[in-house]
Amino acid sequence: MNLEEYKGVFVFAQQVDNQNSGIALELLGEAKRLAEPLKTEVTAVLIGSDVKGLCDELAAYGADKIIVVDDPELKEYRTEPYTHALSSVINEFKPEIVLVGATAIGRDLGPKVSARVATGLTADCTLLEIGDFPIVAKPGQEQKHNQLLMTRPAFGGNTIATIACPNTRPQMATVRPGVMQKLDPIKDAKAEIIEYNPGFTPNNNYVEILEVVKAVNDTVDIMDAKILVSGGRGVGSPENFKILEELAEAIGGEVSCSRAVVDAGWKPKDLQVGQTGKTVRPQVYFAIGISGAIQHVAGMEESDLIIAINKDESAPIFDVADYGIVGDLNKVVPKLTELVKANKKAL
Amino acid sequence: MKIVVCIKQVPDTKGGVQFNPDGTLNRAAMLTIMNPDDKAGLEAALRLKDEYGAEVTVLTMGLPKASDVLREAMAMGADKGILVTDRVLGGADTWATSQTIAGALRNIDYDLIITGRQAIDGDTAQVGPQISEHLGIPVISYAQAIKIEGDSVVVERQYDDRYHVVKAQMPCLITALAELNEPRYMTPGGIFEAVDAEITTWGRADLKDVDDSNLGLKGSPTKIARASDKVRKGAGQKVTLDAEEAAQYITDRLLEKHII
Repeated sequence: MNLEEYKGVFVFAQQVDNQNSGIALELLGEAKRLAEPLKTEVTAVLIGSDVKGLCDELAAYGADKIIVVDDPELKEYRTEPYTHALSSVINEFKPEIVLVGATAIGRDLGPKVSARVATGLTADCTLLEIGDFPIVAKPGQEQKHNQLLMTRPAFGGNTIATIACPNTRPQMATVRPGVMQKLDPIKDAKAEIIEYNPGFTPNNNYVEILEVVKAVNDTVDIMDAKILVSGGRGVGSPENFKILEELAEAIGGEVSCSRAVVDAGWKPKDLQVGQTGKTVRPQVYFAIGISGAIQHVAGMEESDLIIAINKDESAPIFDVADYGIVGDLNKVVPKLTELVKANKKAL
Repeated sequence: MKIVVCIKQVPDTKGGVQFNPDGTLNRAAMLTIMNPDDKAGLEAALRLKDEYGAEVTVLTMGLPKASDVLREAMAMGADKGILVTDRVLGGADTWATSQTIAGALRNIDYDLIITGRQAIDGDTAQVGPQISEHLGIPVISYAQAIKIEGDSVVVERQYDDRYHVVKAQMPCLITALAELNEPRYMTPGGIFEAVDAEITTWGRADLKDVDDSNLGLKGSPTKIARASDKVRKGAGQKVTLDAEEAAQYITDRLLEKHII
């Protein structure tokens, strides 16, 4: 493998139902930052059926080039045709870096593609940098420059590791949604569009989709909320989430929850914050009746302000809270809603 | 039907996380468990065995003491256990791990391979899909329900805001979510039998069609540049107040910060 042949930062521009996913735009922003020290370009790889209309938005958010793989076989996400599409693009265009969102799609596609093109993949990254490997020069070992250094949490968020992929290309990472910053869009920005179709011949690995069942709720994406009022098992019942909803409405926020609440069937999965849910960083995060298991904390500790209400004074959530209230959420939350309303009215 | 379930022994980070006085993770003090997603995968296999009849083999890669999780799985109802252990396999990343497990699986007849979605120590969710790639069989990740129809599996595959009902011809690999089911307990009879059950142990020489260049630390394309225990921001103020005062306290902080 001649590593020098590999150039450019590629982003898998995830789309669902012919809409660009937020992660695609976040990755373009990050790719742009990485491309700068490498003096290279950012290419979005857009895969789907009848998706060319999405190119303008990708250009506005930072794509210099867009490779479009458009085929009826790619209408819904399926592992095999998408793996074939992205692997073929990598083999044909030889990027040095490929970024994929750590979504339910990307965490399936990333490992398949990395195995097919025989390179390393670092999962769920939260920080990407260009630097040297080894970071500190070691006698007897070549120090390689301009490497992608990929930082990720492990052990349920208890440790962090920085990973390099020095001897194979591309260097691949999946990146947690909600961590990287989108660029401010440049209206009317234009990207060079390259259409590419490697050919799709269904085989045994093409699974058949019998049915697509969409969740029947029209809740907003908690990753976009400025204020989150998040409830845990301590809320006690699905009905009792009403007091959290009232606080959220009064303060102009959204309701989210912990894994225990989803497991109990009280709230849908897309409201779940944490390691196996979403990573959020709102301006204010209310953790109400949430004990603060490490997996939950991993998904919300970057919030600007964390306010915890819990009756158990030894709950680990107090270790990360800026303000912790030891008390009965059933009494504190309604009072707080009243006061918030009164103060908002006073303005 | 022959089902192989790939399982991993992991430190119990859930609830039982122990810290040293300096705030770092105390691994020695932590218990090991069967990885939760893998346990759900095992339970799914045992339910298929109950319903359709199947031979369930559990396979793990790890240190010799990883045979403990194989015995646990056999006490739950698995029929056979295979331990893949060898010094030269140590330090493997997901590429080298999946190559190792694929090399072991090439020795076995299977209709269905089930792995957990991800292990709670690494959280990568990569090994299952990568095994399927090395074996050239279809993968269905993030399974929340599994049933058999003739020579095919029908799986509910979870996404962020939806699920797909997907049909794949066997042999096929499925990655299981902990939400899939509530794993059964070991039975007293099962525990009794599992203690003395024979476990097959394989080393490097038993792996089929795998090149040395794809195994262990040397065969891992990803390299650790730096590792550290996470530095967390410290706790803020914690107060115990009655409801009225507590609500006022929070409101004052929100006002100070111009949030309301």
